[in-house]
Amino acid sequence: MTLKREEIADKLTAVGYVADHDIATALWLMDFLKRPLLLEGEAGVGKTEVGKALAAVHGAELIRLQCYEGLDQNAALYEWNYQRQLLAIKARESIGENADAIEEHIFSEKYLLERPLLAAIRRDKPPVLLIDELDRADEEFEAFLLELLSDFQVSVPELGTIKATTIPRVVLTSNATRELSDALRRRCLYHYIDFPDVDREAKIILTRVPGIDAALALQVARMVAAVRKEDLRKVPGVAETLDWAATLFGLEVHDLRQEPEAIYETMICLLKTQEDRARMTREVSGRLLGKVA
Amino acid sequence: MMGDLQEVPHLRGDPALVSRLRRDGSGESLSAPARRRLAGFSRTLRNNGFRIGLAEAQDALAILASPAAIQPALLKPALRALFCATHSDWDRFDEIFDAFWRGRNMRQRQVLSGTATAPHVPARRIAEAHVPQEALGLPDHAERRNDDSAETPADGRGRREGASRTELLTATDLRHIVDPDEIAATHALTVRLARVMRVRLVRREQIRKRGRRLDLRRTIHRNISHGGTLLDLTWRRRKIKPLRLVVLLDASGSMSLYTAFFVRFLHGVVDAFREAEAFVFHTRLAHVSPSLRDRDVTRAVEKLTLMAQGIGGGTRIGDSLATFNRWHARRVINSRTAVMIVSDGYDTGAPSQLSEEMRRLRRRCKKIMWLNPLIGWRDYAPQARGMQAALPYIDLFAPAHNLASLAALEPYLARI
Repeated sequence: MTLKREEIADKLTAVGYVADHDIATALWLMDFLKRPLLLEGEAGVGKTEVGKALAAVHGAELIRLQCYEGLDQNAALYEWNYQRQLLAIKARESIGENADAIEEHIFSEKYLLERPLLAAIRRDKPPVLLIDELDRADEEFEAFLLELLSDFQVSVPELGTIKATTIPRVVLTSNATRELSDALRRRCLYHYIDFPDVDREAKIILTRVPGIDAALALQVARMVAAVRKEDLRKVPGVAETLDWAATLFGLEVHDLRQEPEAIYETMICLLKTQEDRARMTREVSGRLLGKVA
Repeated sequence: MMGDLQEVPHLRGDPALVSRLRRDGSGESLSAPARRRLAGFSRTLRNNGFRIGLAEAQDALAILASPAAIQPALLKPALRALFCATHSDWDRFDEIFDAFWRGRNMRQRQVLSGTATAPHVPARRIAEAHVPQEALGLPDHAERRNDDSAETPADGRGRREGASRTELLTATDLRHIVDPDEIAATHALTVRLARVMRVRLVRREQIRKRGRRLDLRRTIHRNISHGGTLLDLTWRRRKIKPLRLVVLLDASGSMSLYTAFFVRFLHGVVDAFREAEAFVFHTRLAHVSPSLRDRDVTRAVEKLTLMAQGIGGGTRIGDSLATFNRWHARRVINSRTAVMIVSDGYDTGAPSQLSEEMRRLRRRCKKIMWLNPLIGWRDYAPQARGMQAALPYIDLFAPAHNLASLAALEPYLARI
């Protein structure tokens, strides 16, 4: 089932994802060219959300693989169910089965535990496979993934080759803590996600914080945009913006200009290090407020 | 282009698309001029450093033949998603696209490569009063003459022949090496040193590590014949991430006598370590690993020497470190990173800034080494204000005035 680009754009809006203008095209191309999509961007710009939204658009299952240093095939692909295997060995030995037969039995599909990558190619309906923060995994894992993404089959030494029953839609995200290989980059479509502009961020606030009024959402978005321009160690992402907007909404702030003290005190939603907190003094927050509101 | 052709079948395991292209002939349904135009666009992108293979070009044809092509507003994002592979590609794509499709053929902007046309660089004037006369005889462009010898790795025979000479060279202050042959030998030695460091590091890791855990998958497999009683255990050794080395080289005027050697060293390090990053700074910071990855030693080193020479003013170590911390640290530093700063500590910026930035850097990385060529001088005490400010955050403060002192670092690195 291939959706038209316009349909994807409409559906993204319908599932509550406020898309930047070109993401719908990239998502459409994924289906059209059958390539994975690589998303890059600062932490907190909503890369993971794209994967979730894509799953919602297609009404597909979302299978997520969070990468980390030392991630290996056991955790990503498959594992044997050792406890059951041990029990089966004991049980079958007691009825006098020979070792070869036991071996054949315990290394059958029944004892295979699916991990995300295997699960993603063995569904009836194509799922969305979200491989999150690929840059955290080792280079060896990246090479293995590349192979999987081009062949869509997995070889299990004890069992043989497992072919994909369905080709998943694959979204990869990276925070650029490590440079990804050229081969992987070329295999993928590429989309760079920037921090949303003020209008889009205001729209996101309106969608995600129900009940908040448009004027406040716009003020919050402007303020956050100004904060991002400051020289901070950790630039606040969209999730932080939403936390802050929800906090202000909960405190029944209606106009940022009226309550500079509340602004200053709730700024901990945006600033996550002590250093940034110290930098954002009352004066600085007042100055930014004067500029945006 | 050959490389592209060879890689394609391996990379593109998508028979569905190929057959679709063949079936409905979307590739062929385009008019010849349109196809030529697209080929021209791919070429323009390649000339601008994009990596576009046959598979991408074919997919682009499929896009042009699809409904998306009817709306020009959709064509740009579609081709951008297809052709871009990195953030820098992403940033430049719009400009190239507009120039090619909206204007007439843009003049092809060639990517800088090689330094064939680099102007001859005059020997630098060295102003420091305390520099001994013979040091002045070390011209930067002397490197051009000795690359052949540097490129051939010292094989067994060559090494034996040069052994005694090598001994001598390792102990000589780098400033005093003036004879072109000696310079060549020194450079070769520097490169080798970097390699040796890497080899030794890897070996030690393997012997030293005792972190082992049970490999259940293999154990079960091997113990089926024991009736599932785990007699024969299989262990797994934890894989150790290799040490990553980040080198920040001071290329300011006061360091000029040593720069050429350290640039060589940098090339050796980047070449030998699987994970190494190199930066050069004087009044500002430049990330130089990409230029150093050039397999052609001559070109790489020349390129860098030119970069390092764009200076007359003082050193702004604090500023440069701030740039590093803000823009590069997150990407290049991980939990197993040692940062090596090579500088004499003469900083024209504020010491308070330097100490603040050193503090930040210290929090991120595993170890900071500061190599100071001046330590090798007699009666040297780290009295430069910059040096004073940085000292509290340094794990190892070591001399780097000759090759022996560089070699002495190796056991320290192995212990990290």
